[in-house]
Amino acid sequence: MTQTVFAPWDDPNEKPLIRFQNVTKRFGAFTAIDDLTLDIFEREFFALLGPSGCGKTTMMRMLAGFETPSAGTIELAGQDIAAVPPNKRAVNMMFQSYALFPHLSVYDNIAFGLRRDNMPKADLDARVAEMLKLTRLEKFARRKPHQISGGQRQRVALARSLAKAPKLLLLDEPLGALDAKLRQATQFELMDIQEKTGTTFVIVTHDQEEAMTVASRVAVMDEGRVMQVATPERIYEAPDSVYVADFIGDVNIVSGTARPAGDGMFHVSWADGAAPFAAASERVFSDGQACHLAIRPEKIAISEERPPGADNAVTGKVLDIAYLGNLSTYHVELPGGQIIKAQTANTRRISRRSFTWEDPVWVSWTATAGVLLDQ
Amino acid sequence: MQRFALIAIPYAWLLALFLIPFVIVFKISLSDIALSIPPYTPTLDDGIGPFFAALDFENFAFLTSDDLYWRAYASSLRIAALSTIMTLIVGYPIAYAMARAPEEWRPTLMMLVILPFWTSFLIRVYAWMGILSQEGFLNQFLLGIGIVDQPLTILNTTTAVYIGIVYTYLPFMILPIFAALDRLDGSLIEAAEDLGCSRLQAFWLVTIPLSKNGIIAGSFLVFIPALGEFVIPSLLGGSETLMIGKVLWEEFFNNRDWPVASAVAVILLLILIIPIILFQRNQQRQAEDSA
Amino acid sequence: MMRLSWFNVTSLTLGFAFLYLPMVILIIYSFNESKLVTVWAGFSTKWYGELLRNEAFLDAAWVTIKVAVLSSTFATVLGTMAAYVLVRGGRFLGRTVFSGMIYAPLVMPEVITGLSLLLLFIGIGLDRGVITIVLAHTTFSMCYVSVVVSSRLMTFDRSLEEAALDLGCSSFDAFRLVTLPIIAPAVISGWLLAFTLSLDDLVIASFTAGPAATTLPIKIFSAVRLGVSPEINALSTIMIGIVTIGVISASLVSKRNSLRQQREEQAAARAA
Repeated sequence: MTQTVFAPWDDPNEKPLIRFQNVTKRFGAFTAIDDLTLDIFEREFFALLGPSGCGKTTMMRMLAGFETPSAGTIELAGQDIAAVPPNKRAVNMMFQSYALFPHLSVYDNIAFGLRRDNMPKADLDARVAEMLKLTRLEKFARRKPHQISGGQRQRVALARSLAKAPKLLLLDEPLGALDAKLRQATQFELMDIQEKTGTTFVIVTHDQEEAMTVASRVAVMDEGRVMQVATPERIYEAPDSVYVADFIGDVNIVSGTARPAGDGMFHVSWADGAAPFAAASERVFSDGQACHLAIRPEKIAISEERPPGADNAVTGKVLDIAYLGNLSTYHVELPGGQIIKAQTANTRRISRRSFTWEDPVWVSWTATAGVLLDQ
Repeated sequence: MQRFALIAIPYAWLLALFLIPFVIVFKISLSDIALSIPPYTPTLDDGIGPFFAALDFENFAFLTSDDLYWRAYASSLRIAALSTIMTLIVGYPIAYAMARAPEEWRPTLMMLVILPFWTSFLIRVYAWMGILSQEGFLNQFLLGIGIVDQPLTILNTTTAVYIGIVYTYLPFMILPIFAALDRLDGSLIEAAEDLGCSRLQAFWLVTIPLSKNGIIAGSFLVFIPALGEFVIPSLLGGSETLMIGKVLWEEFFNNRDWPVASAVAVILLLILIIPIILFQRNQQRQAEDSA
Repeated sequence: MMRLSWFNVTSLTLGFAFLYLPMVILIIYSFNESKLVTVWAGFSTKWYGELLRNEAFLDAAWVTIKVAVLSSTFATVLGTMAAYVLVRGGRFLGRTVFSGMIYAPLVMPEVITGLSLLLLFIGIGLDRGVITIVLAHTTFSMCYVSVVVSSRLMTFDRSLEEAALDLGCSSFDAFRLVTLPIIAPAVISGWLLAFTLSLDDLVIASFTAGPAATTLPIKIFSAVRLGVSPEINALSTIMIGIVTIGVISASLVSKRNSLRQQREEQAAARAA
């Protein structure tokens, strides 16, 4: 690892900006956050990812000060912030609905927070101008929120929450209201602004692609618990649970029992009478332990003949073909009924489609293509 | 602290000027008339013990003994119920036609229904005095086209009271029904007709049930205030028109019998509690339905 | 939608004729020359002149306006507070009683409200006059105001208030700078409603007014008990005129605003 890589979470001496310690939040009988411990570091672009109702919004609202934890502590820069009301926190939030004040102009919306601090007029003008420039809104300063487009409103909301130069910026589904094209462009813009301002961003989203694109680290959440916190790459390539593997992207899960084969290799028996699959794993399994082999479809090859020297190869017949333009996904049914998805890139514009429905085919993958999971 | 003040100020105001006055009415309804100021006895000046000892249900017994009061309550209920039905019959077709009108007319039609509501109630009742009197506009018109040869006596009869109630409370009936019909999805009627209903059957089987909440809300909005109505019977009604609001007024201002007036008020309130609760329940159900 | 059927056209025509003819007749006859209100004797504005010279009516009108301005202002402040408590107050001791006291006056017969308030004022020895009418009117109109304002608050996007807090407002500042300006139209219509309720009220005012303070409805009522009079017709016409102009211009303004907003939103969406 070189020194230029931004990875404060790997440095044991680094102090986190935010520290959740055994935080629990209950609403009546419902537990929204369940004994959660998590560190977020300065200058991170941290994503909370999960299905609706997983507790990600509650975590964000606790950071902003709109909810207080039922148990546990939340520290910001080493200080417990439980007693600090939202209007006294060096934390700002960009709301999902943007929550732009409809009766104020773009300029006054951005200046709103600065005016609360009684900033001198000249400084305020300069700061608002800087924010307008950062978000390319100079031409719209005098307009009211209803007189600008959705994308521009999103930028006003961002400018308003950044204007006070918060230590931490919270973004609640910031791109949820934009259409797909605009969303992509805006993702890069967000990353750019985050880098320029050096602010720590915590983003809440249910869109995995968005989380993977923008974040330095992603926390995958489910039912009030953090399932895994890691860089997007590790989340995708090295999920540590079936839930995470399944939640992010497409995956084949083959369940079976493990048998150590030495040298970090394991054999997975997945069906009676079928040859076991070979899989490399850093995680150690005992003989006969239940396990799940997770393999991404793009790591599975499909061929007419058995490929020579393949670590794992099985025959089956093509059940379904999904043509996605850039890719094609083949659903192959193995003799035991297990379905394996294999993906190929359509690199040529006109090509003979090699396989069709009911064709007998071989699917194969290497021993390191999959991840062996115990839960 | 701020929150406490925010709750306490309106709360205290309503307690002092709405709830406590009712307690006083109830207390005075148990007192006796006296030739003093205030014109009832006992007062708290007499001491707590004798004060409670002197309270009794004599006034309520009096109300049951004099059949004037019974007849007034019964006739108020009858007038309120009948005029509610009449208002419904007049109001429903108007609300229905408004809901069927082109979309861009509807706000204007709504405003035309609401406008009279902003106009003085007293003036709207008064306007009928000139129309219904012996030599009034209606009689001139009827005589002119020869339908009658003698002017009709309408003013100062119970008929005039019915006309007055229907007229003044019509907007209260139209608006909730219109609101219900306006929400009604037009394709439901088409679906009913597609499935073999005639126009009339579709109206009866689909439109009416789906506007039920509006009908109920409108009916209560007319019935409840009509029951205690004072202005209409005293301006349009005659000596034979008995309504409890008017009786209470006369008991208080003409006979200066405050204890009996209070007892009349207590009974009126008891009669009203049932429709008020039913009305609240209907409103709540509607709110839940739309949520 | 489809064209209106014959039946619907008839109901609308008859319905609106029924609603408006009595007032139209009243207005026409206010310009009648004759003292006999039902015999047309030519156009004249003399009854308006008579009215303006009638000191008793002018005094009563002045008292009425004073009472209406004061009571609707108090009612708006109290009613807005009450609406805020109802929608945002959360749970507190006696919440059910509180919401009951907000809704009950809306359906309470006026004779009962009037009687009970009078008995209270006498009980505490408060002299009847402008003050007692203002207190009475404030009490029942604040309930109407709170119904109007709370229905607006219920659709109010709460994140706007949270955004204000997040940007450093105290909760009072958040209300003053964000919530109040946005719900202002509802607060203003609440005030107007309270104002007209107070202008119209006869029954409660009769109970709570003393001999020193007579409002216009009390004056009109005692005059019309004796029969129809051209002066009252003139007065009614003036009152109907004011209300009509007020309501129509208010609805035109709000319609124009919403149209403009719509146009600007479309323009912004197209420009993007």
